[in-house]
Amino acid sequence: MVTVADTELDGRCPTGDIASRWEQRKRDLKLVAPHNKRKSTIIVVGTGLAGGSAAASLAEMGYNVLSFCIQDSPRRAHSIAAQGGINAAKNYPNDGDSVWRLFYDTVKGGEWRARESNVYRLAQVSTSIIDQCAAQGVPFAREYGGSLANRSFGGAQVSRTFYCAGQTGQQLLLGAYQAMMRQVDAGRIKTFVRREMLDLVVINGVARGIVTRDLVTGKFETFAGDAVVLCTGGYGNAYYLSTNAKTCNVTANWRCYKRGAYFANPCYTQIHPTCIPVSGDHQSKLTLMSESLRNDGRVWVPKTKDDTRSPDQIPEAERDYYLERRYPSYGNLAPRDVSSRAAKERCDEGYGVGPSKKSVYLDFSEAIKRDGEDVVRAKYGNLFHMYERITAENPYKVPMRIYPAIHYTMGGLWVDYHLQSSVPGLYVLGEANFSDHGANRLGASALMQGLADGYFVLPYTIGDHLATSKLPKVTTDAPEFGEALNAAKSRVQAILNVNGTQSAEHFHRALGHIMWDNVGMARNEKGLIKAIQEIRELRESFWKNVKVLGTGESFNQNLEHAGRVADFLEFSELLAYDALYRDESCGGHFREEHQTAEGECDRNDDKFCHVAAWEYQGVGNDSVLHKEQLNFEYCHLGTRSYK
Amino acid sequence: MNHSTSKTLNLTLKIWRQTGPDQPGALKTYTLTNISTDMSFLEMLDVLNEQLIAKGEEPVAFDHDCREGICGTCGVMINGQAHGPDNATTTCQLHMRKFNDGDTILIEPWRAKAFPIVRDLVVNRSAFDRIIQSGGYVSVNTGGAPDANAIPVPGHMQKDAMAAAACIGCGACVASCKNASAMLFVSAKVTHMANLPQGQAERSKRVLSMVATMDAEQFGNCSNTAECEAACPAGIKLSNIAQMNREYMKALLFSCE
Repeated sequence: MVTVADTELDGRCPTGDIASRWEQRKRDLKLVAPHNKRKSTIIVVGTGLAGGSAAASLAEMGYNVLSFCIQDSPRRAHSIAAQGGINAAKNYPNDGDSVWRLFYDTVKGGEWRARESNVYRLAQVSTSIIDQCAAQGVPFAREYGGSLANRSFGGAQVSRTFYCAGQTGQQLLLGAYQAMMRQVDAGRIKTFVRREMLDLVVINGVARGIVTRDLVTGKFETFAGDAVVLCTGGYGNAYYLSTNAKTCNVTANWRCYKRGAYFANPCYTQIHPTCIPVSGDHQSKLTLMSESLRNDGRVWVPKTKDDTRSPDQIPEAERDYYLERRYPSYGNLAPRDVSSRAAKERCDEGYGVGPSKKSVYLDFSEAIKRDGEDVVRAKYGNLFHMYERITAENPYKVPMRIYPAIHYTMGGLWVDYHLQSSVPGLYVLGEANFSDHGANRLGASALMQGLADGYFVLPYTIGDHLATSKLPKVTTDAPEFGEALNAAKSRVQAILNVNGTQSAEHFHRALGHIMWDNVGMARNEKGLIKAIQEIRELRESFWKNVKVLGTGESFNQNLEHAGRVADFLEFSELLAYDALYRDESCGGHFREEHQTAEGECDRNDDKFCHVAAWEYQGVGNDSVLHKEQLNFEYCHLGTRSYK
Repeated sequence: MNHSTSKTLNLTLKIWRQTGPDQPGALKTYTLTNISTDMSFLEMLDVLNEQLIAKGEEPVAFDHDCREGICGTCGVMINGQAHGPDNATTTCQLHMRKFNDGDTILIEPWRAKAFPIVRDLVVNRSAFDRIIQSGGYVSVNTGGAPDANAIPVPGHMQKDAMAAAACIGCGACVASCKNASAMLFVSAKVTHMANLPQGQAERSKRVLSMVATMDAEQFGNCSNTAECEAACPAGIKLSNIAQMNREYMKALLFSCE
């Protein structure tokens, strides 16, 4: 039985005409005078698109910024791996795009599980992002005459995606990183690399600092500030195999959750349909093949089960182009969640191909016959090369084999319209928060949200907190810092003390299996209850049997990993619990009990048109649910159909 | 080709082990059996590390993150070649099918005075950050930008800028250079900015300042051996160094900086 809090959560959203809400709010926000900005210190954790852009912007405004990252340089955060592009409602191609359309597409794509006010603001500031990045020297693709080029993406009916070859994330991140480094040079940002945040320090209910561990020396440190900004990304690595980088983790978010920040909608996970399939037990991560491939590739499996013939031996009549069959109007361009589930369904029924039978074909033979190999090479050459490097198969001759993989997480720490969590003074940006994508994120929208939060939202809203909260000065001598420091130290020591027989890697892989099998693309009550039980058992086993060599006072990658796995083992239970609670299907959350006759999502707006934000009650205890009702005044509740 | 070509390898690894920056280091020999040719190079090291942990030996430290060739975190010398034998490929994207059964593989960290060793195969590349900090940006504050289409950038300029901006900052250029020169890295940023209208205002100041920082960080000079271009996983061309030299001369002789 879920315990529900008495009062409803207030997202502090403005009311009135949606187009003027952000302007109105900006007018009402209190300002901080320049001489006071110089006296304020803001801690920014993470240096991806959200953290990099926030740190740079705050420093430009005159704040002192302490910037922390887990990598050896702020330039390496995982935003760098985004390939496709960034959306903005510029309407440069004159194809009828507008702020309204981007807003509408995003709310609908998120299956009516995001806040209208937030999404509208996101669409509004999207245009400023492109201006800002172009001014920084981000080399966006251009037309011959020098104006910006756009392409269509993720099934949108307009071309609103800006891109830098296949490396958009890299170029946007380097733009933010360089803006940051300019402020480092100006003395307004201090960077701390190879630092892992291990706790949040809360004094009188307000976030005032963090505890970190220096990953090179093992030294624990505390830092005090006037506000803490968390930009630490998503939790896809709970599934072990994902398209995330290896260091992506939930630790910073989870420690904040344990200090009182609510965790919202953890069950909204995005599974991307076109990834290179698992090749063996040694597999350490999955690699995404850009969604753009589905513009020309046709997805199919054999019509007979357990067909072991090579694809060129299977005649046309014996192939099942299942996306074209099920979704005649969208065909191979059906959205990510729908395409992923359809691939799983075929493989589960025994029609999968490849050595593990866990993949489907993405076949370019028709496009090659129609347009010629050169045309296909010009469009997708680098992706085909990457595929061949990893699989040793030539996709010009043999169909690619693909399978869905965990890619992005829409859930995250709950934040209000100001991006402030339920702990005052703790702000959460980018993938780490839950706010803008609802139950399913559209392609090219993650880069947009990260930069919107960091460049154009937080710099305004954080001033209001600093100006109105009358914060007393604190130093790291305050007892709360000592308590948090000791908690972080003893947890690391506890891991070292177990001295068991199994590596952290072993537990992480085992957790990944539980999550993927039961809390993956399709979920049901029985499987979720089983998963929660298995996660608890695995967590218990971890604390009895994990083996970490070396000491805490050195560069110890194994110890780092074990700490993150320990947090994933706690967090994953909440993810499964949220999935069990949300007794409906929407976007990336598909409950098998709730599907239409055609196998599509069956939402329950009467019972679940709300944000589920969970409050910590101790490890292994059920969290308390705080609901935030979602109202749709402009983009009315409807059905997503791709038939 | 298809998956039936996957095989297994037995390998001898000679790996540089060093517990800290001031500790002595040495090569240690390990043997691995049944390594699938489908594995990436780093997955092969994962297998080794799991076996070491089981035996109670501390695993080999190596840097890595995205494992898809873009973050620039990974990078080791493999048989004397930065990122190993494959062309335009990072260590994480190198696969074991490029090796033969019975091979001995020598694995060492990047070696350069400006990149001190942290542990085993991990080095400190923050000198690169300090070079960028000294001028590798356009000075524009958030919020003050004109409409993105207000300044046209002809397609060929954008393509040149993009080709240079593709640098992933891994340090293979430094590691492969007999002078431990960072000229390829620095020139990639200098030409990226110099080729765009947005980079013009600070064009002279940028190149002078970045080159001065590069020298102060104790990177060597370029003697046009082009090992850097051969090792670069991001395809950065030697012609960037030529352009940076021209930019530097112009700035030194004709600018007011």
